[in-house]
Amino acid sequence: MKNDVVAPTRLTDMEHLDLRRISIVDGDLHLGALATMAEVAAHPEIIREWPVISQALLLSASPQVRNMGTMGGNLLQRTRCGYFRDVGFNCNKRLPGSGCPALLGDNRDLAIFGGSPQCIATHPSDLPVALMALDALLVLVALDGGTRRVPLAQFYRLPGTAPDIETVLQPGEMISKVVVPSGPHARNSVYVKVRDRTSFAFALVASAVCLAVTDGVIRDVRIVLGGVGPMPWRLPEVEASLRGRRVDPEVVATAAAKAGDGATATRFNKFKIELARRTVLRALQTVAS
Amino acid sequence: MIVGQSTDRLDGRLKVTGRARYAAEVKPPNMVHAVLVQSTVAAGNVAGIDATAAQTMPGVLRIITSANAEKLNLTGAKVLQSMLQNNDIFYNGQHVAIVVAVTLQQAQAAASRVRVRYTPTHAATMMDAALNQATLPTNFRDGKVEPDTRTGNPQAAMATAPVRIEQTYTTPIEHHNPMEAHATIASWDRDRLTVWTATQGISGAQESLASLFGLAKANVVVICPFVGGGFGCKGQTWPPTALAAMAARSVNRPVKLEVTRQQMFTSNGYRPRTVQSLKLAANQDGKLLAVQHDSLTQTSRPEVGEFAEPSGLAARMLYACPNIATSHRVVGINQGLPTFMRGPGEASGMFALESAMDELAVQLRMDPLALRLANYASEDATSGKPYASKGLRECYAKGAAAFGWQKRDAAPGSMRDGRVLIGLGMATATYPTVRMAASAQVRMMPDGTVLVRSGTQDIGTGTYTIMAQIAADELGLPLGRVRVELGDSRLPPAPISGGSMTTASVLPAVHAAAIQLRHRLLTLALAQAPAAWGTPAVKDLRLQDGLIVGPGGQVSAGDVVARQNVPFIDATVDIAPNAASKDFSCHAFGAQFAEVRIDPDLRTVKISRWVGAYDCGRVINPQTARSQLIGGIVFGIGMALMEETRVDAATGRTINANISEYLVPVNADIPVIETIFVEAPDLVTTELGVKGIGELPMVGVAAAIANAIYHATGTRVRDLPIRLDNLLA
Repeated sequence: MKNDVVAPTRLTDMEHLDLRRISIVDGDLHLGALATMAEVAAHPEIIREWPVISQALLLSASPQVRNMGTMGGNLLQRTRCGYFRDVGFNCNKRLPGSGCPALLGDNRDLAIFGGSPQCIATHPSDLPVALMALDALLVLVALDGGTRRVPLAQFYRLPGTAPDIETVLQPGEMISKVVVPSGPHARNSVYVKVRDRTSFAFALVASAVCLAVTDGVIRDVRIVLGGVGPMPWRLPEVEASLRGRRVDPEVVATAAAKAGDGATATRFNKFKIELARRTVLRALQTVAS
Repeated sequence: MIVGQSTDRLDGRLKVTGRARYAAEVKPPNMVHAVLVQSTVAAGNVAGIDATAAQTMPGVLRIITSANAEKLNLTGAKVLQSMLQNNDIFYNGQHVAIVVAVTLQQAQAAASRVRVRYTPTHAATMMDAALNQATLPTNFRDGKVEPDTRTGNPQAAMATAPVRIEQTYTTPIEHHNPMEAHATIASWDRDRLTVWTATQGISGAQESLASLFGLAKANVVVICPFVGGGFGCKGQTWPPTALAAMAARSVNRPVKLEVTRQQMFTSNGYRPRTVQSLKLAANQDGKLLAVQHDSLTQTSRPEVGEFAEPSGLAARMLYACPNIATSHRVVGINQGLPTFMRGPGEASGMFALESAMDELAVQLRMDPLALRLANYASEDATSGKPYASKGLRECYAKGAAAFGWQKRDAAPGSMRDGRVLIGLGMATATYPTVRMAASAQVRMMPDGTVLVRSGTQDIGTGTYTIMAQIAADELGLPLGRVRVELGDSRLPPAPISGGSMTTASVLPAVHAAAIQLRHRLLTLALAQAPAAWGTPAVKDLRLQDGLIVGPGGQVSAGDVVARQNVPFIDATVDIAPNAASKDFSCHAFGAQFAEVRIDPDLRTVKISRWVGAYDCGRVINPQTARSQLIGGIVFGIGMALMEETRVDAATGRTINANISEYLVPVNADIPVIETIFVEAPDLVTTELGVKGIGELPMVGVAAAIANAIYHATGTRVRDLPIRLDNLLA
């Protein structure tokens, strides 16, 4: 709003809503949409059972922002694409049909997965990358009080020909809760974030990885990349190449080498493809050790 | 002696308690707000402005465009555009209108409704696409320094030399981004203008505003007691200051114009991009045979002004070499006017020179420090003048010892901690010692306190404190009884706080005024002395703890003033630089030592250790001096690894005009920093022996880091900033 990117005619204050609770129900983690990033990151059971969530949050933003930022707000953070945030530029996301100067412009920070000829913006948040690896569900509430559950994997929309529509949220609908299943994979999870400075910077590439191993054999693995696309980018083929295999440095390295498969780089972000491979490898090595 | 002692800054408490009042915090009665409207094209002209919707919005008082803007006198102005004097557009972000409204929010809302139509023309937005259009600067260093120099015959020496280095180095556009945004509050009383403005030079602002508005200098008052960082972008008087005054006159009320963070990228200069060709030739023993440093620097279109980053000056004087050639050319494109930014010229130029020296050392299989020592200069190689003082050899020695340089294994990639790659790099630092004429007044009050006054600025460096230290020593007072007034053009004038010259310029004036005042007080004390004192002379008296002590007794200095029945006794001195300094090459020096740790896979670079040894002359206050050293090193780390203003080639518009995406280091990026003072007093420039400190510590930092990264990885990066993109291959 400060940048004139959006000019809503009405703002709704949600602060008084009872949506700040963090609870564990039948083993599932329930995060109220208004729970703050700081509270969730410091929650002892989350640190123990879902470490990837805590790590992703602690690697996000700054302490001040984490004290104010919420689960719902972080999931809905708008892109940091410089062309989107400056009304002096054309932008299909901001003004549909006006064009995407980023495609041929300075696109170092932008998408290598999931972009379209209309838009290559990335989703900047860390939290949803972790939540995607945990198969989280979102509870959405409509104006009439009706609720529906949407898997996070189906919440974000790829830009396609309508980059201004970023999620499946309907007018009047809001996120009320995030539900995260637990399990051995969640317990053995990690978030690796690579960025241009040590703190208070968005990811160039990040990776959330969950790994469950029994008797040296990979039973369950989830690998998600952040900073590379309009939504957290899950790598099912890489996961498939690991499932059922023995945890072995060579197996892990071979799998991680596929993390850039299918990527489409623009002029300045080719490095992200190689960085994605190395980031996934680092994350896999961390949970496999 | 208080001089030479570490002392908390006098303004520290005011700053940490929020009581220090900065320009934007002044609230004259009836003040209203101005917001700038800026072009969204980089070249062409304004075909029309539709302000009808904005004009009728709540609170709007006036919308100023070129059609109704006051005509300014641009004779002698440094910035010639962006003040609504015509419809021409030379860069994206040029000011095309001002909206004045009662509240800031009303002005912002209306500004977003002003519709500007353009007739765009072709814009050359990127320097690198226009390198073949480089031209000789028309007014290099205000005509005081030659843009090109040549001693001996570098080309001939190069042709026959056994070892050669020839490389191109680039540095990006960088913006100063001080915490305090540029802000001006302007208020008119008939033809008298008062401005509270964030500036590094109140005298310059007074002169510029008087000239632009056709006023007598005495009718312009500029007030700036505190500056929230400048780093060069508050050096000259930029268009927003003039536009605030123009707006205030047009609505006949005080007007506040504080630029936004985004506008900090368009409205007050930047460090221009440089493309530097560096050629070195040497014997097998490392002795330099030739140095050639050719600098191309970005500037604006000539219609906006000209600034040439003096990147080649250090190459002229740093090393002993019989054949040195340097040149400076500017490439005028559709971008705003660049300006000085911390270590202007030296910071960019020494990245190239000190990287090239490292490359030469690698080629010679010679230790980089030994190579510097093999070429240690005892006189300025271009001017032939002796150095006024030079403690560089000691900087190298002390820095290397503290850092443990001798433990360095020269082979790239040979040093590791586990799998983490370790790299050690070093570079030289240098910056000229500059002094300009300055004046100061020192007053003794009847209560025995002293007031030191000078129209200088404290840009966060500690000027308040060192002015008090000098006066306190001369007048025999504890620091707590000395007050300082600065940052007001009604005070005795002093030069801009830039070029690291404030201490060397202002302190001699304060010192001389204090000596005069001391003499005046002692003379008065003698005249007032009771018979019991006998007949001592001035030389028999001393000032101590506020007392004038003579052989026959003592009297409080304040009482001497009180007995005269005057509000104070004072002395004012206007003092020019020493003529003798023209016969010397006057510089501060330093040696930078960096340790980097690089993730072997992800290639993230972490600075893990820093040692810097600096010959910055006599140190007045080690505590504030060390703060400057640390600040400069951190600034250099940002330059090396992060800072870059990214421009969209198609539009010439900045895509990271905010401090979320324009990265500067955070605390977590900075290691423990060890600083060592090597005090080689420069007694030619001032009797106090001081040199400048502000710029020196960032010079060479980027090269030391680039050299350390090469040592860790074997990858030589010649383009700043160095990011992991460069190291992944």
